Amino acid sequence: MSLRRMAAIVLRHFYLIRGSLSRVFPLFVWVGIDMVLWGFISRYLAAAGAFRFSLVTTLLGAVLLWDFEARVMQGVTMAFFEDVWSRNFLNVFASPLRLSEYLGGLVLSSIATSAVGLAVMLLVAVAAFGLAFPVAGLLLAGFFLVLFLFGIALGIAGSAVVLRLGPAAEWFIWPIPAVLAPFACVFYPLATLPGWMRPVARLLPPSYVFEGMRAVVAGGAASGAMLLAGTLIAVVYILLACWIFASVHRYAVRTGLIARYAAESVS
Amino acid sequence: MQEAPSRRAPLPDVSAAEPPVLAAEGLRKAYGDVVAVDGISFRVARGEIVGLLGPNGAGKTTTINMVLGVLAPDAGRIRVEGLDLATHRSAALGRMNFAAVYSPLPGNLTVSQNLRILGLIYGVPKLGERIETLLGQYDLLRFRNVKSGVLSSGEQTRLSLAKAVLNHPHLLLLDEPTASLDPAAARDMRARIRGFAAQETSGMLWTSHNMSEVVEVCDRVLFLSRGRILLEGDPRTLPGEHGKANLEELFITVAREPLSLAEEWEP
Repeated sequence: MSLRRMAAIVLRHFYLIRGSLSRVFPLFVWVGIDMVLWGFISRYLAAAGAFRFSLVTTLLGAVLLWDFEARVMQGVTMAFFEDVWSRNFLNVFASPLRLSEYLGGLVLSSIATSAVGLAVMLLVAVAAFGLAFPVAGLLLAGFFLVLFLFGIALGIAGSAVVLRLGPAAEWFIWPIPAVLAPFACVFYPLATLPGWMRPVARLLPPSYVFEGMRAVVAGGAASGAMLLAGTLIAVVYILLACWIFASVHRYAVRTGLIARYAAESVS
Repeated sequence: MQEAPSRRAPLPDVSAAEPPVLAAEGLRKAYGDVVAVDGISFRVARGEIVGLLGPNGAGKTTTINMVLGVLAPDAGRIRVEGLDLATHRSAALGRMNFAAVYSPLPGNLTVSQNLRILGLIYGVPKLGERIETLLGQYDLLRFRNVKSGVLSSGEQTRLSLAKAVLNHPHLLLLDEPTASLDPAAARDMRARIRGFAAQETSGMLWTSHNMSEVVEVCDRVLFLSRGRILLEGDPRTLPGEHGKANLEELFITVAREPLSLAEEWEP
């Protein structure tokens, strides 16, 4: 793998963001608004009733973590969509760039863009609403790591879907975090879910993060084993997503899809 | 009409020990029941410009896409300076480059940004100097910070050609490089490409529907019809060998009555 070629993909994304306000704003505006909105909701609910735990931590912290995961996914897909929208596939794939380097470049771009979003979210949540995570150090890093890995997996898999189905399929990708949220137990314990939803939730790494976070907020301790399980499942998803992307790429090369790929829907 | 002079003296010996820059053997590609390319073999030697000619649907772009590695042949093998494209994809693609009207560089990046990103992908040494040289050679200095998408057709073609020679490719694929240019700009572009070929001794595969351009530029032509190589030879002498006044007449015959030529020519 060539770091230089991966850096080229990151540089391309940096140039695009630097030159466009419409690309800069989404990095932090929506997540900032989410923090403000959920910060006030948390305050209102906390004032309206007596709770044994901090609502700001439970609700606002959950929104922050979930938004982070969604930003990581969007970081990958947005960097990929830039090639879709500019019909750049021939220049990318008819070059010495390896598929692993291309995906690596998308992931690095996502790290950079999601870090901006995370910094803004933390700033608003901590400064304006006094968010204090009940965990720190390695455990908190572990929570973010699981969500980061799962976001990367979703981003790569989503990009594969668009590569296979065409640019119009991007509308399948945007709602993915919203579709997964009910299963990921972002705001409620896994035990709240009906029986048929629980196995699905256990297959989603974020559910381990949010269960762990709630356990700590309730005065208990997060299970290291559960966090490890979430991490391992997320790694499996990344491997699976890379395999899916590589398979779709092989299909696209076999059928001529890449050569014919345009800014229109490809059937 | 003035007789076009032979581009330059003696053609390289393709049978010499040094492997040809491009060797395609038994290439075949079918889309369902439609055979786009039907078992063609050809070579391009160092310093040779080979014209790939034929009517629409003859298999030219399919052939180019296979050489670029964005379309997998159903059968056959492609080697670039002895490197098998199927097994040494990155190294083989690093030795070539291309320009095609259907693959513009991203319009939302500036001229120099596009060249810098691709220069990193191709691993161009002393990239800054190389970009400056190309901006000067292709009259793009004043467009250095202009977004590629707002350039005129002629300027975009110059940029595509600057990109195509960025990495000093040993094999250059040019798919109708002058298609969108006015006659003066096209002549200028041919001169630049010839200059590059003479300087770098690269092999070139060139497609065009402009027969006078082909006569002016190409050392050898391959006439494709229905996915097969129907005729091959020197574009200046080939028409006479088949009782035609010029290459355009021969082209029209290939397009309308390929069977009559196939019967009289055995490769």
